[in-house]
Amino acid sequence: MNFRNLITYIFLVICLCLVQILLLKNLALFGVAFCFIYLLAILSFPINMRSFPLILISFGLGLLIDVFYDTLGLHAAAATLLAFLRTYWLKAISPNGGYDDANNPTLPEMGIGWYISYSLPLVFAFSLMFFIADQWGTGGLFGVLNKSLFSSIFTVILAIIVQLLFFKRRRGI
Amino acid sequence: MLRILQFLYSLRSFLLFVLLEVLAISLIVSNNSPQGAAFFNSSNALTGSVLKTRSDVVDFFSLAEANDALLSENARLLEQLKSVNSIPDSAKIQLDSLLEAQFDFKGARIISNSLRFAQNHITLNKGSKDGVKPGMGVFNEQGVVGRVKTVNENFSVVISLLNTEMNLSSKIKSTGDFGTTKWDGKDSGKSKLLYIPRHVNASQGDTIVTNGYSAVFPEGILVGIIESVNQGADPNYLDIVINLSVDFSRAHYVYLVENTQLAELDTLTKQAEIENEF
Repeated sequence: MNFRNLITYIFLVICLCLVQILLLKNLALFGVAFCFIYLLAILSFPINMRSFPLILISFGLGLLIDVFYDTLGLHAAAATLLAFLRTYWLKAISPNGGYDDANNPTLPEMGIGWYISYSLPLVFAFSLMFFIADQWGTGGLFGVLNKSLFSSIFTVILAIIVQLLFFKRRRGI
Repeated sequence: MLRILQFLYSLRSFLLFVLLEVLAISLIVSNNSPQGAAFFNSSNALTGSVLKTRSDVVDFFSLAEANDALLSENARLLEQLKSVNSIPDSAKIQLDSLLEAQFDFKGARIISNSLRFAQNHITLNKGSKDGVKPGMGVFNEQGVVGRVKTVNENFSVVISLLNTEMNLSSKIKSTGDFGTTKWDGKDSGKSKLLYIPRHVNASQGDTIVTNGYSAVFPEGILVGIIESVNQGADPNYLDIVINLSVDFSRAHYVYLVENTQLAELDTLTKQAEIENEF
C-alpha cells in the first residue's frame, strides 16, 4: 500500500463515518431497514491485507460509531465479527486462478455479481450479530431476522450506489 | 515450547478476534446497567460538540414546531397561574417554603436522540456546570421522557423511556392503582404497564400518570393512554398496552426535574433496607 492509497483510505473512512453519524443515525426505512454505510470502508480494504490489523481497525471503527450511537460495544462486536469472517469469505469465493495482486474488493474492479455475493453475506452476519446483541432477551428471533435481512439489503444497495458514484476504476477512490 | 508459540502465532488473528469480542460484550453488559457510570458515551466533550453542531443545524428546521409547543405550554401555565393567584376570598395559611419547593425545574435541549434500538439514549446540552445531576427526571410538555444516567461538564446522557432497562413507577389516574411502565423494545409509540392485578377495572382510554412514590418525578405527569387491556398469559397480572403521550421523534426541548429531598428519602429507604424503584 503506497502513501497515496493510504491517504485515500483515511479520507474514505472519515467521510463514511461522518455520513453514518450525522445523516444515517436515526434513519430506518419502515422501521426495519437500518443503514451501516461505514462497513463499506471495512469491505473495501485491499484483498491481501492481513487479518490482524484488519480486525483491530474494525474494532476501533465500531467503537467510534458506538460512542456516537450510545450503544457501547454493539457496533464494535459486530464489526469485529465482520472483519474476522472477511478473510475466510474472500478465500471461499476467490475466482479461478485467484485474485490479482493489486485487486481491491470493490464494485468497479470485480463486477456486480461478485460484489453482491461478497458483501451481502458479510453484512448480513454483521447485522445478525448487531441485532441479536441489541435485542438480547427482549425481542423474538423473527424480529431480529427481519431487521437483519432488510438492513443488509439496504446497506448493500447504498454501498453499490456510493461506489458507482464516487469510486473510479483502478484507483483507491 | 517453540512449537506452542508457533501454534499460537498461527492462530493470532483468531485469538485477537475472540479477545476483542469478549471486550466488546463486556462493554455492552457494563454499559447497560442503568446506574453504571460509563466513560465512553456521547456526553464527553468531543462527541458532545459534534452532536451539538449537528443539532444546531437540524433544529433550525423545526423552530416553528418548537415555538408552537412552547406557546401551548405557556398558555397552560398562565391558566394555572390565574387560578393560583386569584383574589383571596377566605383566610389562607402560609405553608413553610421548604415544603413547597420539593422539586426544582430546569430546561434543556435534546442534541441527540434515538428510538430504533432496544436501548435508546438521549443526549442533552446541559451538564454538571448547569446543575444537572444523575437521577434527575426528564419530561416535556407532552409527558415523561426519561431519567438522567450520566453527566459530564457540558452534556448529559438520558435513559429514554424507550429503553428496555427503564422502569417508571406509574399509576392509573382514575382508579389510583400503581404499576410499572416498561418498554418492550418494539414500537416507539407504545409501552407496557406491568404489575396491575387482575381485579383492577382498567379500561381503554384511561390515563396513566407518574405516581408520587418514585421520588424522581412529581406526581401526575402524563405517561400515556391505555390502548388495550387483555387477560395475558400471566395468571396474576393484566396485560396492558399504553400509547405513550410523548412523540419521541419530535421532542426537541425538555424540562429536568430534581427532587431536593432525594438524599433524605434515600437514607430513609436505606435504613429501612428497601429497594426504591424509579
